[in-house]
Amino acid sequence: MMARITFQKLDDHSSFFWGLLAIHAVVIALGLGAFLYMEHHGHIVTGMNNAIVWGTPHVFAVFLIVAASGALNVASISSVFNNLAYKPFARLSGILAISLLIGGLMVLVLDLGRPERLTVAMTTYNFKSIFAWNIYLYTGFVVIVAAYLFTMMDRSMSKSGAATKTMGWFAFVWRLALTTGTGSIFGFLVAREAYDTALMAPLFIAASFLYGLAFTVLVLLTVCRETRTNLMSEEMIEKFRGLMIIFALSVLYFTAVKHLTSLYAAEHHGVEAFILWNGGIYTASFWLGHVLIGNVLPIVILAFLAGENKVLTGRTGIAISSVLALVGGLAFMYVTIIGGQAYPLDLLPGMEVESSFLDGVVASYTPTLPEVLLGIAGVSVAMLVTGLALKVMPFLPRAAQPE
Amino acid sequence: MSMKFEFPETCSEGAACGCAESDARPVAVAPAPTDVEHATVNVDPVEVGRRWFLKASAAFTTTILAPGVTLMAFGEADSAHAKPADQPVSAKQRWGLLIDAGKCEQGCKACVTACNEENGIATPKNLATDAQWIRTLQVKNPENGSTFQMPFMCQHCSEPPCVDVCPTGASFRRADGIVLVDRHICIGCRYCMMACPYKARSFVHEPLHDQKPEVPRGKGCVESCTMCVHRVDEGGTPACVEACAKTGNAAMIFGDLHDPNSEIAKRIATYRTTRVRADLGTDPGVFYQNI
Amino acid sequence: MAVAFLATVLASVVVVPPVVAEPPQPAKGRGDKCVMPTDWMRRNHMKGLIHHRREAVHEGIRTPTFDLNGCIDCHQVKGDDGKPVKISSPKHFCRTCHDYAGVRLDCFECHASRPEQKTETTTGQLERSPHHHTGLPGHGGEGDVAALNRYLEGAGK
Ligand code: SF4
Ligand code: SF4
Repeated sequence: MMARITFQKLDDHSSFFWGLLAIHAVVIALGLGAFLYMEHHGHIVTGMNNAIVWGTPHVFAVFLIVAASGALNVASISSVFNNLAYKPFARLSGILAISLLIGGLMVLVLDLGRPERLTVAMTTYNFKSIFAWNIYLYTGFVVIVAAYLFTMMDRSMSKSGAATKTMGWFAFVWRLALTTGTGSIFGFLVAREAYDTALMAPLFIAASFLYGLAFTVLVLLTVCRETRTNLMSEEMIEKFRGLMIIFALSVLYFTAVKHLTSLYAAEHHGVEAFILWNGGIYTASFWLGHVLIGNVLPIVILAFLAGENKVLTGRTGIAISSVLALVGGLAFMYVTIIGGQAYPLDLLPGMEVESSFLDGVVASYTPTLPEVLLGIAGVSVAMLVTGLALKVMPFLPRAAQPE
Repeated sequence: MSMKFEFPETCSEGAACGCAESDARPVAVAPAPTDVEHATVNVDPVEVGRRWFLKASAAFTTTILAPGVTLMAFGEADSAHAKPADQPVSAKQRWGLLIDAGKCEQGCKACVTACNEENGIATPKNLATDAQWIRTLQVKNPENGSTFQMPFMCQHCSEPPCVDVCPTGASFRRADGIVLVDRHICIGCRYCMMACPYKARSFVHEPLHDQKPEVPRGKGCVESCTMCVHRVDEGGTPACVEACAKTGNAAMIFGDLHDPNSEIAKRIATYRTTRVRADLGTDPGVFYQNI
Repeated sequence: MAVAFLATVLASVVVVPPVVAEPPQPAKGRGDKCVMPTDWMRRNHMKGLIHHRREAVHEGIRTPTFDLNGCIDCHQVKGDDGKPVKISSPKHFCRTCHDYAGVRLDCFECHASRPEQKTETTTGQLERSPHHHTGLPGHGGEGDVAALNRYLEGAGK
């Protein structure tokens, strides 16, 4: 039996902490400025067009939303799978999940053509639309995770643990539904060959585990520095290291299965060749970004280079790997979302088609500064919300458990 | 007295009018033709007659091989469809188009120009971002090098993916088969554009000015071919069809697919027609010949 | 009667703020009557428009009574160039009141704010639109109130 876990707020503010918050605040201000600029001039000031209708903002938004559900992992492992070692980090994982989701949704909303009509989106539903379902999944996620946090933090409730466990299960199931829903936004697009596979959902779930964990680890390492205490024991680092290897391997596995099954169907050869072989930036994002930086390198670092008596300490290794995994994650979203649209629709199979609407050619897309700023602002919103939450409520454990 | 002018309580909602839907109304009955001149307006009868004659004599030889088709694209089917203005459209009709790529003249853009003019769409300068409701596809068969041209627009699917995915219900299919965007409700998420298998939709990327009174359009919303719904509701034909007929090519006809006596239904019943990507199960309302 | 009076009093309270600058003088429409009594229009025109919009867009019911194009046509204000002004001019019919009341309206981001200019290229369209701008019940004299009530009752069912 472990010692009782006690929690703390961040109340001893270093200039490092304020500095970080200030940077995020500035980025958010820039992002909002970008939003106003886009809203005033229209999407003409972005790189998006009638072929690439979802651009960089969606890359960031989907990335954050996927990471949000993954960030809940640590809490799930502790309550659902009863692993006490993860318990000290359960609260942090919950609040991080909420923050990431808020960041992602903000980007999504601010990119709408008519953002002022958000009330319409919330009051007029088309129940057939998976997108409308996602609105429920997202709001539900915030509510459920908040309730889950409450059961963890309320003295009387947390004592018995039953409520926490129930809510933990509930949140766990919900997060799977949420990632499935997000993946299905693409999976449902029958006309887009790149997405035409049921494997989109499991691939997104595997990816969410990886990105969520990477965010959690990075936030933990940052607050370790801020609190000047060692929140993560070596044992914990080892556990995270193992988890991250497994998650990265499963992302690779589902990626491989998705593309292999797709190659099996002759009609998809064109789009597969585009992503895997001759798609320029998209091929590069796939192999260099997603596969190499996002998964292979972290696996190599964590499995062979980091740990006791190795080149890197476990801590450094996992920090580097987390950053790599997140960079790779953005690349993965880029290939998936933008690469999937860039490949032309097959209007008349077997024929070559040309037109003034640029049918039959690979669509070009160059992100512009405003949309990139808006996307990055989403990440900053997530981090700022997390930072402030850690300040006002006790989400953080006190120093690491003795081994 | 003034009480009578109050709107019923149910009709005070903002975005979607809460008034009782059409179920309380008498079902639209196909009215007697009221205003026959609708159908032929804009067309100089002498000119058409002349062209028609030329075209007809040219087509005469082919008619021997493929008999039975009249070239008058607008005429009988269309003049009869004007419904009383206060009646809702009904599912008794399904408006559709039949396009004969064999008659579409290489390089002709009459339909595109007419559409732009009718709907107040500027001639596209930026081909990637400007709205294009209709375009001509240049098609080449890589196996034998043969080429042809065909006009292409929203296919007015009866199982429209754009409608299925739209989160707000702004994309909808009217009872008579015309697929539209209610731009009062559209939030500009562009999910419909992701979902449409035909790349039929355009997003308005810039503020617009000087729109046509009959065709409101604006920045931040998605739009596509409306089958000239404002004309159809008054008994007219889509501008593209009219313009195509005027050239004498008469490659397009418009009409009611559900009316077995309409020109379009008769032709579809007689000839082999194709619908683009019918394999996707969207059940388009636009039929093609010779593609 | 009492209700009508009350409504009028209420309307005047709502529409005319105390003191302030001149009350707006929106341009008179063509003909001798609007599609509805002026008091009613002051308070309810947007309901009529929204109701019509729903029916016209989704069901193809294109009755002229609350057709925005009808309002725009009938209440057009000529500018210095002799052409009807657009919404960019403070003289525009809708703007005179909306500016005064401080109510933002975004209809004309998408809708035309003046009737179509009669140019060579558009004559076909104008000829082709027999229902619009002419057959308004409000200008027909007799029978308009009956038509309106029918319209509203129909809408309420
Ligand atoms: S062609 Fe595209 S936009 Fe038109 S109805 Fe079909 S899916 Fe919708
Ligand atoms: S862009 Fe508009 S019409 Fe298209 S899916 Fe979104 S809300 Fe619906």
